Amino acid sequence: MPGLIETEFRAKRRAGRKLLVPYITGGYPGWQDAIRACAANGADAVEIGIPFSDPVMDGPVIQQASQAALEAGVTPQSVLDEVPGLDVGIPLAVMTYYNLVHHPGPERFAANLQRAGISAAILPDLPLEESDPWCAAAASHGIEAIMLAAPTAPDDRLPQVAERACGFIYSVGLLGVTGERSSLAATATDLAGRLKAITDKPVLVGVGVSNAEQAYQATRVADGVIQGASVVRRLMETGPDSVGEYVAGVRDAIDAD
Amino acid sequence: MSMNPDTLLAPPDHTGRFGDFGGRFVPETLVPACQELEAAFNEAWADSSFRAELDEVHRLYSGRPSIITECKNLSTQLGIRLFLKREDLNHTGSHKINNVIGQTLLAKRMGKKRIVADTGAGQHGVASATAAALMGLECKVYMGAVDVERQALNVFRMKLLGSEVESVHSGSRTLKDAVNEAMRHWVANVADTHFCLGSVVGPHPYPYMVRQFQSIIGDEAHAQIGDLTGAMPDVVVACVGGGSNAMGIFSGFVDEPGVRLVGVEPAGGAAIGKGVPGVVHGMRSNLMQDEYGQVEEALSISAGLDYPGVGPEHSYLSSIGRADYPSVTDDEVIAGFRLLAEAEGIIPALECAHAVAWISREAPRIQGQTVLMNLSGRGDKDVAQMMKILADADGDT
Ligand SMILES: Cc1ncc(COP(=O)(O)O)c(C=O)c1O
Repeated sequence: MPGLIETEFRAKRRAGRKLLVPYITGGYPGWQDAIRACAANGADAVEIGIPFSDPVMDGPVIQQASQAALEAGVTPQSVLDEVPGLDVGIPLAVMTYYNLVHHPGPERFAANLQRAGISAAILPDLPLEESDPWCAAAASHGIEAIMLAAPTAPDDRLPQVAERACGFIYSVGLLGVTGERSSLAATATDLAGRLKAITDKPVLVGVGVSNAEQAYQATRVADGVIQGASVVRRLMETGPDSVGEYVAGVRDAIDAD
Repeated sequence: MSMNPDTLLAPPDHTGRFGDFGGRFVPETLVPACQELEAAFNEAWADSSFRAELDEVHRLYSGRPSIITECKNLSTQLGIRLFLKREDLNHTGSHKINNVIGQTLLAKRMGKKRIVADTGAGQHGVASATAAALMGLECKVYMGAVDVERQALNVFRMKLLGSEVESVHSGSRTLKDAVNEAMRHWVANVADTHFCLGSVVGPHPYPYMVRQFQSIIGDEAHAQIGDLTGAMPDVVVACVGGGSNAMGIFSGFVDEPGVRLVGVEPAGGAAIGKGVPGVVHGMRSNLMQDEYGQVEEALSISAGLDYPGVGPEHSYLSSIGRADYPSVTDDEVIAGFRLLAEAEGIIPALECAHAVAWISREAPRIQGQTVLMNLSGRGDKDVAQMMKILADADGDT
């Protein structure tokens, strides 16, 4: 049975809406207000980063935000403890790295997410072949295990990823780590197109979708976008209000025909 | 697990695991590259022409086989019979060249144009830069900012050899972060770039592949020590950072049940001694981490061992009780460094001074035994750092 995010995203897609998921580094000063600002300005869900010491899929901006949060004493539990109080009316996902799941154990980690009211999790260093223990634990706690698909995947791998994915499929936009780029890579729409051809689960492009214009381009093929570095940079430079303004701008762009 | 019960040297199972350790925990982007590398390595390793080419570069370029030296003075002093496997005499000054020659030959065979490498002490970086120059590959090396400073000589060597060296300022600014940055670079350049990992760490097939490339140390040593003493050693000792020089020499003796295997970790980077299983750098292995699973920073005098993780095969050998992993303190290492220099006229790398330190501490309990130590590298790179340490120590007294 599809979970909250997949159910809502399918319904919104049916209604003609493109999906927007901003990423906010949990524990970074102002993160709760930033999430509220996202929700108030057209986000369909928010991805909360749980800072990890060794974020190999992140570029300089998100690395810096994670490191600052860790230095301030932020822990996975201190982030999750704040989640019930957010009360934003849209589903929340976490994005983190597998060791923070492995250390308590997938069961306990999934239970912790469930208790906090988190709907889904994204683990970018957990590929398909290693995902059984996590997916089983997530399923037993009603957590949607969002799977990533990469531009390097051969055609026979994509259906396996799609089959395994819950919530939506995270279509990695380029060969590289998170961070803003001057243009949308051709791989972004290529991969989204390949995925759309083989699955009816929602397909969202993330990594390297850097502004409203690029979000518009990506959503001509994909069902939605995830915006990370461009959001976190604004949070770090100018605070939660500027995050809200930015998200509103992206919303307008992807709503245009 | 599909391991052959007759040998501990069997390849890992199809998921890349030695027992419960290893695997392939990488972003989806890198999965096809790891699969491609695994297939290419297995094919090349089974191909006698690849092995002959590798052997020729070892003999005519690196200077293999490396000799074994009996340390008569130190043996008398410690009451043991001590032999050194002289990986310090290889071209570029350490065992790292064994792995790098293998990986760069493989990279060329796979049609890659560039290599990217991580380095701690700079020995793997220098070896990579050297092999890249030899084979006409472009080379980029990531090195933590702390290490760039304490191993300045090696940074300059890499540049002389035509490589680009990038200083890494994230995290603990040491080897762990250099590996992260090299992996990020690989994610972005995976089509034409080979990730030349420097130890028996990382996602499958690296721990296995690097062990195979380093097994030449153990193969040679097994024959040499037999010729010299007519018997197997009682103890085989090596320092352990990621664990490649240790796996290299262990592989010659792991199937000899009478031989005790000892991997010496730094007290400040004791992944097996103080860590618990975790997942970082693509592998499940012992890892120093906090109560939530954040990776802890290692803190060692030696840049090459300043690493909070360890190769999965070491975690496996430890879990089945086949090898022991004691640790030594920085002060013991400094004493070990001086001991080998003064007693034998050999200045060891700070990394292998860890093995010397353990031997001299353990000597009273292993009297009369034959000990084979892997001298994984020479100490030239550490002379400037030791000059400072010893001057500061003198200043204190
Ligand atoms: C001389 C020497 N020995 C040992 C090491 C540690 O690596 P490993 O544990 O993989 O042998 C290094 C790493 O830089 C080194 O330079």
